[in-house]
Amino acid sequence: MITLNVNQKSYKVDVDPNMPLLWVIRDVIGLTGTKYGCGVAQCGACVVHLDGEAVRSCVTKVSRAEGKKIVTIEGLSQHNDHPLQRAWQEIDVPQCGYCHSGQLMSAAVLLRENPNPTDKDIDAAMAGNICRCGTYLRIRKAIHLAAEMQRKGK
Amino acid sequence: MTPVSRRAFIRNTGGASIALWLGVSYDSYGGKTPDASLAKNFTPYILVESNGNITIYNTKPEMGQGTFQSIPALIAEEFEVSLDQVIIKQSNGEKELGNAQRAGGSSSIRNNYTDLRKIGASAREVFITAASTKWGVDVASCYAENGKVIHKQSNRKLAYADLLEEASKLELPKEPKLKDPKDFKILGKRIKRPDVALKTNGKAEFGIDAQVPGMLYASVERCPVIGGTLKSFDAGEALKIPGVEKVVETEKIMGRHHSVGVAVIANSYWTALQARKKLKIEWDTKGFETFNSVDFENRLRELAKEEGIIDKNTGAIETLNLPKENIVDAFYETPMAAHHTLEPMNCIAQVKGDQVEIWTSTQVPSSVTGNGANDLHKQIGFSPDNIKLHAKFIGGGLGRRLYIDFIIEAVNIAKQTDKPVKVIWSREDTTEFGPFRPMTFSQLKGGFSDDGKLVAFEHKVISPSYQESMRTDFDKTKVDKTMVEGIGEQAYEIPNIKTSFVRADFHIPVAAWRSVTSSTISFPHECFIDELAYKAKKDPMDFRMELLSKPSDTKRVLQKLREVSSWDKPLPKNKGRGVAQWEFFAGLCAQAVEVTYNEDRSIKVDKVYAVIDLGEVVSPDNVKNQVEGAIVMALGAAIKPGITFDKGVTMQHNFYDNPLIRINEVPEIEVHILAEGGKVKGVGEPGLPPFAPALANAIFAATGKRIRKMPFDIKSV
Repeated sequence: MITLNVNQKSYKVDVDPNMPLLWVIRDVIGLTGTKYGCGVAQCGACVVHLDGEAVRSCVTKVSRAEGKKIVTIEGLSQHNDHPLQRAWQEIDVPQCGYCHSGQLMSAAVLLRENPNPTDKDIDAAMAGNICRCGTYLRIRKAIHLAAEMQRKGK
Repeated sequence: MTPVSRRAFIRNTGGASIALWLGVSYDSYGGKTPDASLAKNFTPYILVESNGNITIYNTKPEMGQGTFQSIPALIAEEFEVSLDQVIIKQSNGEKELGNAQRAGGSSSIRNNYTDLRKIGASAREVFITAASTKWGVDVASCYAENGKVIHKQSNRKLAYADLLEEASKLELPKEPKLKDPKDFKILGKRIKRPDVALKTNGKAEFGIDAQVPGMLYASVERCPVIGGTLKSFDAGEALKIPGVEKVVETEKIMGRHHSVGVAVIANSYWTALQARKKLKIEWDTKGFETFNSVDFENRLRELAKEEGIIDKNTGAIETLNLPKENIVDAFYETPMAAHHTLEPMNCIAQVKGDQVEIWTSTQVPSSVTGNGANDLHKQIGFSPDNIKLHAKFIGGGLGRRLYIDFIIEAVNIAKQTDKPVKVIWSREDTTEFGPFRPMTFSQLKGGFSDDGKLVAFEHKVISPSYQESMRTDFDKTKVDKTMVEGIGEQAYEIPNIKTSFVRADFHIPVAAWRSVTSSTISFPHECFIDELAYKAKKDPMDFRMELLSKPSDTKRVLQKLREVSSWDKPLPKNKGRGVAQWEFFAGLCAQAVEVTYNEDRSIKVDKVYAVIDLGEVVSPDNVKNQVEGAIVMALGAAIKPGITFDKGVTMQHNFYDNPLIRINEVPEIEVHILAEGGKVKGVGEPGLPPFAPALANAIFAATGKRIRKMPFDIKSV
């Protein structure tokens, strides 16, 4: 049995300790907002926070997450109102939407570390997240907008 | 289009609630009074319930293109309800919702713009008539707003939900009065997309997210040599892994391609994946194990010498006898490509006796539940009436999910267990097994008269055949029209034009990829126009405009592009500007690309100007998002490696060896929309074809180097 803390809730899971955290979150715990895209840390669709750091859950063994705080897209905010979520909605960023859980989780770490990122900072922080629909220009714009909301305390 | 009648049906939904369905019947019908049950071929689009709920059905699957908003918007605008006050329901291939539940070919708006508005307008008129009858006032003194009918003089109001009895007694008018576009509240405006909030908190359910109680998981090992199939397997080691329930054979069918793989069924996807590695399998590779791309491409170059089958021959190109110095020719090549939908292929299937239930992301719900000759029921041996579909949000379609091979494969697994099974393709599976966009090679020839006019243009396409791959009844003596798509639709006025096609035998499944053959064929065609402009010593934009003396959509689009891109403003020496346009079944877009040629010989793509011609626009911001995305996809296909084969096996596996564009590689993009009436054109695909030729033409302008092969490396030109 492995005990996991996901979005401030405790779960006991009976799984192979080598199982990637991604599949435990999705198939065992049932939180499907975190996505499978590549399985080899290339696309970023599976990004979650582990003690505040963005990790690729598809290559993170579940045993590594034991005793740490895991936050998934479902736990990014209570009411879908994190500045990034609001900015994403304001700018209508997503198309198919599949990659955006990961995009938002990566962007959330960026914005916490760097409340006023430049285009270059955004590109550097977000280059690990693929969007096949090509919404990159809007992602950049929305991160700037979220940074502004955060600065103005909105 | 088949005759359309518009009908209202009222139905008791139990308890005190009654519901009124409003929609169209695609058959002419003889009924005089509205029926209490849904009639055959009746397609309801609107449901109004006495509890006040108004539901609008979206029959076009949402894959990012925006139909979840745009289809209901057309109805809601005329029905005088806001999108905030309606429930949008994605259809699931229900028979009563008609057989057009499919999204592809950028067709959702261009095929339905007026019809869906008429449905909304008919429904509005019915409720207005119902209210005026109830009040005993003149119909003309009433109007509708926000789901209510209002009597002008008395300001009395009645909600649609309170008019169901009266409305149900009426026939929907066949030719309702459509709103004056100046009164539009939704169409052409910036309205927030209702699916976006679901996509920022993980709540949007894609096929891969569906969960069914008691569900097992499966992963399938397929013959790595494409075209091969199963000979025998030993599952002994795999079955020893705890959690593995069963190992079974499963057949996958795509067009004329059949193959059998081995599926591991387990209590988790992870377990299935681990056990799959323990399978010992003998494959029958049928001689395809020697196939490689290098030899095949050489074969295409050889085939280019053949005459081919003529698709179009206008004028008298054979009799022109132009002097050699007046003729330009060139050979162009493009690669195969994978779709790379970010949501890998997946499907849950559950078989209970003669019933099958399916949860998946598909562009074609109607092909899953329909009774057509190529629909799912034929391939799995079930009655179409016994197939139930739950259609989910699609994590990228791009043409890949027009095919139901992965659904067939999942059902064939589910037949062998009594539990629901979720089959997930790994990224590697999704990359390696296609179907792929075919390559097209092009032999081009242009001829000038002695006074410098372009009088002859020949485009010969040498490629595998899409139709041959996807159909079992393709006539090889005919041109595959899909492979010469768009060539005959260019507006350039050239007196002698010849288009021909040489088909290459190919055993690998090839398929539609966003903008289909236009995604490759626009590149040679529009780059060669540039070569001809160069030969004529003319500015590429001027040269094109001279070929467009008559009014045309293409001419308008290029004029607009010239203006918005400041085409006539000179650029600094190390920069270049290129133009291309493409009209094809899906629509029309033109683009100008600006590049910088750096000291280290690399190219930076600075900016893309796009003008898309739509006739009518539903959601301008969504159109911009689509064109931006199409350009990013086209950039990837232009500069990143395609799909190749060696020893019969796909050489690319995942994003590390088949990379996609990332955020740091995206140029600035400026999209302009033309919506000036006329033919309604599509949105999803037209932004793609002009980009690669416009980029290559810009690189020529900046460097003097002509690129005739895609993909090309912009790190060193």
